[in-house]
Amino acid sequence: MDIVIAGCGKIGVAILDSLIAEGHNVTVIDSSATKLNEITNAYDVMGVCGNTADSDVLREAGADKTDVFISVTGSDELNMLGCLFARRLGSRHTIARIRNTEYNSAAVSFIKQQLELSMTINPEQLASKELFNILRLPSAVKVETFANGIFEMVELKLKENSPLCDISLADVRSRVKGRYLICTVQRGEELHIPDGSFILRTGDRISLAAPPAEIQRILKQLHLLQKQARSIMILGGSRTAYYLAKRLNFIGNSVKIIEQDPARAEQIAELLPDCDVLCADGAEHDFLLEEGIRSVDAFVALTGMDEENILLSAFAASVNVPKVITKINRTQLTGLARTLGLDTIVNSKQAVADQVTRYVRALRNSRGGKIESLYNVADGKAEVLTFIAAPDFAGAGRPLRDLHLKEHILIAGIMRQRKPLVPTGDDAILPGDTVIVIAGGKLLNDLSDILR
Amino acid sequence: MNRRMILFLSLRILTAESVLFLLPAGVSLYYGEKSALCFLLCAAAGAAVSVPLSFLAKPRDRVIYAREGFVTVAISWILLSVCGALPFFLSGEIPRFTDALFETVSGFTTTGASILKDVTALSRGMLFWRSFTHWLGGMGVLVFLMSFTNMSDRPIHLMRAEMPGPIVGKLVPRAKETAKLLYIIYMILTALEIALLLIGGMPLFDSVVHALGTAGTGGFGIKPDSIAGYSPYLQWVIAVFMLLFGVNFNLYYLLLVRRVRDAVRSSELWTYLSIAVFSTGVITANTLSLGRTFSETLRNAFFQVSSIVTTTGYSTVDFDRWPQLSKTVLLLLMLIGACAGSTAGGLKVSRVVILFKTVRRELQRMLHPRAVRVLRLDGKRLEESVVSNTCSYLAVYVICLLTCFLIVSADRFDMETAFSASAACFNNIGPAFGAAGPMASYADFSVLSKLTLTAAMLFGRLEIFPLLLAAAPSTWTNKRPKFHF
Repeated sequence: MDIVIAGCGKIGVAILDSLIAEGHNVTVIDSSATKLNEITNAYDVMGVCGNTADSDVLREAGADKTDVFISVTGSDELNMLGCLFARRLGSRHTIARIRNTEYNSAAVSFIKQQLELSMTINPEQLASKELFNILRLPSAVKVETFANGIFEMVELKLKENSPLCDISLADVRSRVKGRYLICTVQRGEELHIPDGSFILRTGDRISLAAPPAEIQRILKQLHLLQKQARSIMILGGSRTAYYLAKRLNFIGNSVKIIEQDPARAEQIAELLPDCDVLCADGAEHDFLLEEGIRSVDAFVALTGMDEENILLSAFAASVNVPKVITKINRTQLTGLARTLGLDTIVNSKQAVADQVTRYVRALRNSRGGKIESLYNVADGKAEVLTFIAAPDFAGAGRPLRDLHLKEHILIAGIMRQRKPLVPTGDDAILPGDTVIVIAGGKLLNDLSDILR
Repeated sequence: MNRRMILFLSLRILTAESVLFLLPAGVSLYYGEKSALCFLLCAAAGAAVSVPLSFLAKPRDRVIYAREGFVTVAISWILLSVCGALPFFLSGEIPRFTDALFETVSGFTTTGASILKDVTALSRGMLFWRSFTHWLGGMGVLVFLMSFTNMSDRPIHLMRAEMPGPIVGKLVPRAKETAKLLYIIYMILTALEIALLLIGGMPLFDSVVHALGTAGTGGFGIKPDSIAGYSPYLQWVIAVFMLLFGVNFNLYYLLLVRRVRDAVRSSELWTYLSIAVFSTGVITANTLSLGRTFSETLRNAFFQVSSIVTTTGYSTVDFDRWPQLSKTVLLLLMLIGACAGSTAGGLKVSRVVILFKTVRRELQRMLHPRAVRVLRLDGKRLEESVVSNTCSYLAVYVICLLTCFLIVSADRFDMETAFSASAACFNNIGPAFGAAGPMASYADFSVLSKLTLTAAMLFGRLEIFPLLLAAAPSTWTNKRPKFHF
């Protein structure tokens, strides 16, 4: 498909990266020629230099004939204007990043309707949702919910002397009964989609899918449960921090936000009356100790500086905060942070890139069932997709053990009449089911693609 | 530096050349010539070497940067030339290898300078191969390969290194699609010319060979007097097509997608056409006394101007016998060349335009030291990096040309011959003045001069930098850190 991306910041490049991997023809617009030069050197794309809201620039980039126009410049209003013009010029779908906290959800839906936007994206809000899910289940390093919350998938790291180490999956299954499935195992840089004979080791990062009602019990029986975080310290008063604190306050948690800039601190204090807002430099250890970092359940580093987030997360881990979450924007620092013992790393880019990829993939023609949702797991090495099985799906009604699935494909869950089902070999996919599929690599556009 | 990837890509080029040997082999077989055997032998040998080796050299890391792009292009072109010379040498039709190499490099670089005293002695297969190298080299061999295979994840570096001109842009987002489009336009124009030549009564073989030579702006003829023996209609067709192939191909694409306004806005195009018209006028006036009729004089003048400004090198008249003014005009045209993004050589009109604008700005700075001026080209801002690149290109261009001139001067010819031969080879034109004139050949040059001119042709076609960088030791050592966001 022909896609135009306006704005080549971190988010723009993350989206570009995943759309190029999907094989689309991408043109990028940016006002900085240097930035465009860097990007056209690294990716097989065409660059157009200029203002996103300039119709000449839009025409030159081919926005009048494009399938999807994505505007992710730093300014919400420019994004709206660019999308409006692109739409008027003839772009079939438009996606704008709108993230200012002043635009609440009612305002956003009004804008969306008026400007005929296909989708709006808000990276900070997505990140806050991800953070919130992790804080709810702190033993996980990542939590995703599927099919309207009927299924949940958690990624966990097997710590030393975990009872799961050095035993096979079949043994795990015999020790702990219930509706769950260990879907992927990431060992070092390698990703495995395991069978019953697979033996788990210390340091493996496993992902486990189960209905949310049972996940607590299963984790408990697997000795992986850690209690839900109740008091949380957030470093940095960014937009993400705002969205997160709002969600946490809503379910009655106590939140402390540390922000260095007095004006911003006051702004947050005004927006979030239930939060403790502290105006101070979070890099001072004494201050953090004084504010009781030793007694909080979780520490979340959300400043704009990756390095500061990493260092202070390492400090928090050293004073035994039960759960430490680090936000890192530059992907290449993730490895460094892992070597410092920080497991739970969140970046806002991937979630947005996933959201856009999902939308674009769903635009393609589908035969056996359309993509409903898509998430990257295990550092982007695998994808979790949900489909609704169409009536003409070729494998419908046949037991799963008789389906000839492609390699690196696993059916992790089926939802039938709003009831979750963790499938065994005897179960079958019926038309109308929501099917959750795990795929190693980017393989699937619709449900029929799982079959050989 | 990703050496495996460079090796792998160069081997792919060799494989491609082996496959392409089958075309002249087919021509030879059709005419029942012995040379078919040579082509088939070379094709088999090339494939036998390159295919297994490229499987062995298959790189795991396919990422390349600008330096790998330059080095790959340099190595590929040298490899291409050496292997392309083998059929001439093995068949014995050009007995000395240095001569065969000169002829092949002259082909691929679209120069059209020949060491053959009697071109009619060559078999038809060889004549076809000679002209076919023009066609391939004109648009670029890596670009050709890129149009149907995935060369790399970052093909822009290869494209930039192989395609001439100060700014190399893409037509559509994907490099592969861009390459495909360029070749489609190229093929359509070539086919059109063949058709028009056939209509004018030129035999099929002659039409194909001349169209290939025109398309690549090469200039290898198959008659001792080049195009002079053909009818005025055929001369006009070739003259107009030469001029067309000297236009930036991006403009044809713009016409194809009906963005006519963007296409006619190109100041390079107008400068190029004005230069051609003006030179034709001057030469016509200057040579009025030589021709029998005005139309003949005009035709000869236009043909020579079109041939020289696009760096093709066909001729309808022995322009070495023209008055001094006309010869000087032609010599200047040799240096300027045609548009960037075409198949032509030379300095390129867009560079000349940029240089003039830069000079004007410098003059204005002297008058108004605090003046702030931004250079613009076709309504767009010219990046300072492009300006400085163009200036330094002019510097190395002059140095290379003069070095070549110096070495060729060691030969036994006069200054006019030595300089014009250097300029004609370096700018990929072919015929020069004096002993290297349009009705003469490069056969009498010494081995040293021939090798120097061979190198000059390669330097000129690849626009100096790739070969210069490939030869610099610092390119091969110390790994640059990987590029990340």
